[in-house]
Amino acid sequence: MLSNYLLSLIVFTPMIGFVLILLMPRERVTWIRWTAAVFTFIPMVLSFYLYGTMDASSAGFQFVEKYPWITAFNIQYYLGADGISTPMIVLTGLLSFLSVFASWNINKAHKAYFSLYLLLVTAMFGVFMALDFFLFYIFWELMLFPMYFLIGIWGGPRREYAAIKFFLYTLAGSVLMLVVILTFYFNSTDPATGSHTFNIVTLMNQANQGMFIKQFWVRLAMYVALFIGFAIKVPVFPFHTWLPDAHVEAPTAISVILAGVLLKMGAYGLMRISYPLLPDMAAYTAIGLAILGLINIVYGALVAMAQTDFKKMIAYSSVSHMGFVILGLASMTFIGFNGALMQMFNHGIITGMLFLLVGVIYDRAHHRDLNGFGGIATYMPVYAGITSLAFMGSLGLPGLSGFIGEVLVFLGTFKVYPVIVIVSATGVIFTAGYFLWAYQRVFLGPPNEKYRGIARINGRELFTLVPLVLIALFLGVYPMPFFNLVGASLSKLLMMVGH
Amino acid sequence: MYPCIEHCIWLIPLLPLTGAMVNLLIGSRLPRPVTHTIAIGTIATSFVLSVIAYLHIVSLPPGQRQFIDTVYTWIGLQGFRVGLSFLVDPLSVVMALIVSGVGSVIHLYSVGYMHGDKRYSRYFGFLNLFAFAMLLLVLSNSILLMFVGWEGVGLCSYLLIGFWFEKIENAKAGMKAFVVNRIGDFGFIVGFMLLFTAVGVRTGTWSLDFGVIKSNIGLVSPAILTAVGIMLFVGATGKSAQIPLYVWLPDAMAGPTPVSALIHAATMVTAGVYMVARMNFLYALAPDALRVIAIVGALTAFFAATIGLVQNDIKKVLAYSTVSQLGYMFIGVGVGAFGAGIFHLMTHAFFKALLFLGSGSVIHAMSGEQDIRKMGGLSSKMPITTTTFVIASLAIMGVPGFAGFFSKDDILYHAYISPYGGTFVWLLGVVAAVLTAFYMTRLVILTFYGNPRMDHHTAEHVHESPKTMTIPLIILAILSAIGGYIGMPAIFGVHNVFAQFLAPVFASGVRLPEGSVSLEWTLMGVSVLAAFSGIGFAYYLYGVRTELPAIMAEKYNTAYRWLLNKYYVDEFYQKYIVGGLMGLKDLLGVFDARIIDGTVNGTARLGRRLADFEGAFDRVVVDGAVNAVGDGIVSAGAVLRKLQNGLVQNYLIVAVIGMAILLSLVLL
Repeated sequence: MLSNYLLSLIVFTPMIGFVLILLMPRERVTWIRWTAAVFTFIPMVLSFYLYGTMDASSAGFQFVEKYPWITAFNIQYYLGADGISTPMIVLTGLLSFLSVFASWNINKAHKAYFSLYLLLVTAMFGVFMALDFFLFYIFWELMLFPMYFLIGIWGGPRREYAAIKFFLYTLAGSVLMLVVILTFYFNSTDPATGSHTFNIVTLMNQANQGMFIKQFWVRLAMYVALFIGFAIKVPVFPFHTWLPDAHVEAPTAISVILAGVLLKMGAYGLMRISYPLLPDMAAYTAIGLAILGLINIVYGALVAMAQTDFKKMIAYSSVSHMGFVILGLASMTFIGFNGALMQMFNHGIITGMLFLLVGVIYDRAHHRDLNGFGGIATYMPVYAGITSLAFMGSLGLPGLSGFIGEVLVFLGTFKVYPVIVIVSATGVIFTAGYFLWAYQRVFLGPPNEKYRGIARINGRELFTLVPLVLIALFLGVYPMPFFNLVGASLSKLLMMVGH
Repeated sequence: MYPCIEHCIWLIPLLPLTGAMVNLLIGSRLPRPVTHTIAIGTIATSFVLSVIAYLHIVSLPPGQRQFIDTVYTWIGLQGFRVGLSFLVDPLSVVMALIVSGVGSVIHLYSVGYMHGDKRYSRYFGFLNLFAFAMLLLVLSNSILLMFVGWEGVGLCSYLLIGFWFEKIENAKAGMKAFVVNRIGDFGFIVGFMLLFTAVGVRTGTWSLDFGVIKSNIGLVSPAILTAVGIMLFVGATGKSAQIPLYVWLPDAMAGPTPVSALIHAATMVTAGVYMVARMNFLYALAPDALRVIAIVGALTAFFAATIGLVQNDIKKVLAYSTVSQLGYMFIGVGVGAFGAGIFHLMTHAFFKALLFLGSGSVIHAMSGEQDIRKMGGLSSKMPITTTTFVIASLAIMGVPGFAGFFSKDDILYHAYISPYGGTFVWLLGVVAAVLTAFYMTRLVILTFYGNPRMDHHTAEHVHESPKTMTIPLIILAILSAIGGYIGMPAIFGVHNVFAQFLAPVFASGVRLPEGSVSLEWTLMGVSVLAAFSGIGFAYYLYGVRTELPAIMAEKYNTAYRWLLNKYYVDEFYQKYIVGGLMGLKDLLGVFDARIIDGTVNGTARLGRRLADFEGAFDRVVVDGAVNAVGDGIVSAGAVLRKLQNGLVQNYLIVAVIGMAILLSLVLL
């Protein structure tokens, strides 16, 4: 019974919270917060249930819900989950719940904040489940709107600039995406009904591809337009500059969501839409993608090293780490794909942790200047310990989950692009460089008198961090639950792109 | 003999890990005796298990001395599997015995040395964590799992070098160690990726297990194997402090002295030597890589020894000595004498750990003073420390009968006869032996003999260290004195037990020619002569004509400055490599902000200008027309209002129709 509506429940439970919060008096801050907590907790538990009950040996979509929606245009309400989307759904559930607690000290317009937040959660779940192109687009755009306000109202000093930049940049990408979606639509025929279709599963079916536009250049243009739409989200160099601004200005919880979930949508889009729908173009442009991955890894790391703002450094580290995902996807190998998807999940966990950690120190010191601290480890030993673990996870220390994703990307891609991988591997040096340098400047050395008596990390903050620490450790030591989940779907994807 | 050990090898690394977790998580709330009992108890139990594993291995026939204990599948994809599995053979057993044995002794010593430290439990937690990572490194059955240990020991090294992080120099030394090691790791990663791919493409078997690679290695072309061998060795130059990546090790002396003994002398820094020995089947097919290793090892042995001649910090002398001795080990494995390299690794673990612990005892007594110019005459007040330190010094100098004599001689002999070595490598080794004897004699005389040069206050406090510190010294002194006899060469009319024990591991490796007995005696004579000439020269300068060193330093001032400042290598790296990197990152930072982001903002500004222009156009031209039509529209609006019935579906339909029309116009 639950299985029949599981995905809809996950998507729309936050909407119930959204409505409830709208009905609450705005002074009831505690009610509002706990409503948000409850209505993100439920979908999180349901996403665990989804993981637990999913048949990992099957590559097909499961928990499918398919209803006609706008029949005139053959638009369907069509949800499903497979091995590629499930890790993303679980990640979304987990991070959106934990981030509620990172939002605890939002100090204005709580009602608006938490209602927009829940709307965002619905949209994020929707993107990872939608199997109708039109529905996918609706969720994709729906994300934009709350995100714009969450950055623009509750952000830092340059919040309006950052919010508009984020909005326009993403919008530019989604316009390109829309053009491609409609091109697909008008050139498709649903074999069952004979009408045009938005059904992604139908569109990705190899047997139906003969009906599509055949001209090479048109297909290439479609692939590129779609890619730019996704590349902005990842973000891929040179479309990445919205990210540091958005991250720096956004409140902590929103940075976590941005880095943890939103960036994944770009890579997810490549795996769910670009690769299956235009497999020939994916193969044709793979080397370009690999080069972009390389640039992201090395360039991102070097620019991260140049930052003096703690949060901006983490933002650029995201650029660098997402480069591994891009490189792994470009490899078109099973090992590389596994590495890329694992890296997506790990990045959500570890970078989520990093943004939470920056928030902890920012709440206390009210600045993020890497050169303005010193010796914090003396005052906040537990905080320093968790930060060192997160840094080590992020720089790919074996034993933590980050290593497994990265090393699989390397091992999988080396066969195809040895030179690109070798140059990318220099990233391990630079990454160690900027993380340890930042750590030394903030935490080590003689304790800065200014921060004597700074409050130690509190229970609420620990509550948001500890689950992520445990996951990073667990998957580093025993990643098989992850690989068992994604293997079948990734093999299928690999077959679609002709390998 | 103890077959059950075949299924519980995993306990050997796991026990120290458990100890580390307890001490790091709740150690600060435990009483100190509980803290160190847990730490020592776990590592000592690992040692006992290693002994059992050894006894079990020797009870098997020589050809079958190997077993694998797989706990679970760590990474398992279609066609690529890495198990959490441990390989026990003579080589890994020897390493496990050294690591857990010397490790236990140093854990015990730390109780005395760290007794007043405020982060006592964290120290033991890190030390246990190190033991875990090192045991994982030596026991793992695949390169990838070995790399986990490889990085793990690097992490612990970083944490322990910067253990007293309030002093910024210590923190910086830790960071330097980690980043320099990462440069090596880059090479290591490239090496194993290349090997993985080369074997995989040739055979269709994608694996990093030693066994699988070993059985398929013959199918890979020698050129690739040479590249792999050299890249893996680049990793070793980082971890094992060889030219050009040795620079982190002297700085690493910022850590607590027992850490210097365990990590930066006895165990971690020998990981590179172990790795080359473990990959002997690969190097046997990559002779050019072996030659590179031998040459780099010989140059490092010589080069570091020259720096050691003039250093005044007791730990710095020992640090350069370690770099130099590691060079010897690489000469050993580099000329294909893997057993000799491992033999020296073992004896060095004994005597160098002892030297560091002895220096720790001295520093402890001297209230933290490390400058040997301010010491002297300590022998009367610290008899145990002095005696044991002298024994270790005799061992490292290669005085006949002591442990280092047999192992160093083994290496030099093979360096001479091996096709991958030759006269040049051998000669560098011999000269380095002279230098070693010189700087060690100098160190011993300046520290323990002659007139006391410390101030009155310090002199009063000099005392022999407590039992927890002297007992480890005595244990290691015994091993330094007699540990070499298990590797006595056949010319003494005995079996070389150590070499025979390890032989099966290296069976498929390099075949070295046999030298004649007379050659072996001759070379041994040269080694002995080298040791005694170094000792004699140093004794003359520092024990007899004590005014001479200062005069010589004055006379050969340029040379002296270069040595004292370590040939300015650190300065060179700082200026050109670190400086270059800093310039590059600043350049890219500006590029990102100005060019990339500038383009984005420029596009936005352009868009706004266009919008302003269109806005003006709208107001004047379009609005004029619109207003005229407007009135007519009002009536039409009444009709259109019916469309706005509040159903989202209908809005969407209208929106989509609009887009569809637009798009059809464009495309069709």
